[in-house]
Amino acid sequence: MFKYFEPNKIFSITSRAPKYVLLLFIIIFSIGLTEALILSPEDYKQSHSVRIMYVHVPASWICLGIFSSITFLSVIGYIFKIRNFFLISKSLAPSGFVFNIVSLVTGSIWGKPTWGTWWAWDARITSMLILLLFYILYLVAWRIYDNKDKVFKVTTVITILGIINVPIIKYSVDWWNTLHQPASINILSKSSIHISMLYPLLIMTAAFALFSLLIFLMKYNTELIKIKNKGLDRL
Amino acid sequence: MYGRKVKLRFFYIFIIFLILSLTIFLTLKSLEENVIYFQSPTDVKALAEIDKKKIRIGGMVKKKSILIKEKEVKFVVTDFKNEINVIYSGLIPNLFAEGKGVVAEGFLKDKSLFLATKILAKHDENYMPPEVKAALEEK
Repeated sequence: MFKYFEPNKIFSITSRAPKYVLLLFIIIFSIGLTEALILSPEDYKQSHSVRIMYVHVPASWICLGIFSSITFLSVIGYIFKIRNFFLISKSLAPSGFVFNIVSLVTGSIWGKPTWGTWWAWDARITSMLILLLFYILYLVAWRIYDNKDKVFKVTTVITILGIINVPIIKYSVDWWNTLHQPASINILSKSSIHISMLYPLLIMTAAFALFSLLIFLMKYNTELIKIKNKGLDRL
Repeated sequence: MYGRKVKLRFFYIFIIFLILSLTIFLTLKSLEENVIYFQSPTDVKALAEIDKKKIRIGGMVKKKSILIKEKEVKFVVTDFKNEINVIYSGLIPNLFAEGKGVVAEGFLKDKSLFLATKILAKHDENYMPPEVKAALEEK
C-alpha cells in the first residue's frame, strides 16, 4: 500500500491537478453562490439574513473536518513513523485555519441582526474560538521547530489536545444552554431545514471542500519541491 | 504483528488522550454553572438565594404576554414549567417575538420579576421559506 506514497508519483499528480481542481471549484462555487444568494428562498423569520448561513455553516464544517483529519493523520503518522502523513497534515492546516476565521466572522455578522449582539461567550462560540487557538498553535509549531522529529511530536500532541475540543463544539448546543441554536441537519433524524435551503448549503460545502483541496495540493506540492531540492530530506 | 515500539507509541498516545479527556471532562463538569449561557425559569426557581450579580435568563416569550408601554417592554419568559416576568427598556432585536426564544441579561428583583438590561433573541434551528410556514400553519 505504501508504494503509492512514492514522492515522484505523488508529485506528478500534485503538480498537474490544481488547475483542474481550480476549474471545478469555479464552476461549483458559481452555481453555489447563485443558488445561495439569488435562487434560494428567504427564511420565514430571518428573511434575507439567512443567506449568511450558506457561508457560515460550510466553513464551520470544513474547519472541523480538516482538524479531525489532521489529528488522524498525525496520530497514525506518529505511531507508524510515516513522515509523509505529517506533510499532508501541515499542508491541510492553512485552509482549515482560514475557514475557522470565516466561520467566526460570518457568525458574528449573522449574530448582530438575529440575536442582537456581535459576540456572546456561550459554549459553542467560545469552543470555536479555542479551536482557532489550536490551529494557531499548530501552525506556529511548524515555524519554530527546525528539528523534524521534534516538530512531529509537538504537532501530534497539539492535535490530540485540540481534538478533545471537537466533540465539545459539536455537542455544546445540546449539553448546555447556549445562545447558538442546535444543529439543523441531522444524519439520523429528519433535518429541520427546508429542502430548498439544503441544496445550496450542500453545493457551497462542496465548493469550500474543493477550495481546501486546491490549497492543500498547492501547499503539498511546495513541500515536495522542498524535499526534492534538499535531496537529503527523504520521506 | 507490529513492533514493540509501535505498540508502545500507540499506548502512549492512547493514555495521553485518556488523561486529557478526563481532565477536561472534570473541569467542564465543575464549571458547568459558568459554561451555561443562561438559566431557565426552573433553574431560577431552584436558586437558594437571590444574587445581586448580573445573570442571564432564557426561555420562550409567552404567547400574548408582550406589553409595550412607551419605552418599557413587559413580557413573560417561560419554559412551560415556570415563568418569570421581565421588564426592559431599550433596543429590541428584530427577531424578538411572541412564542420565540429569548435571552435576557440583567438582575433578579425576586423570583418572579427580572429587570433586564439587555435582550437577545434566540432563534431556533428551523429554516423554511415563508410559503412553507404559511402552509404549515394552515394545517
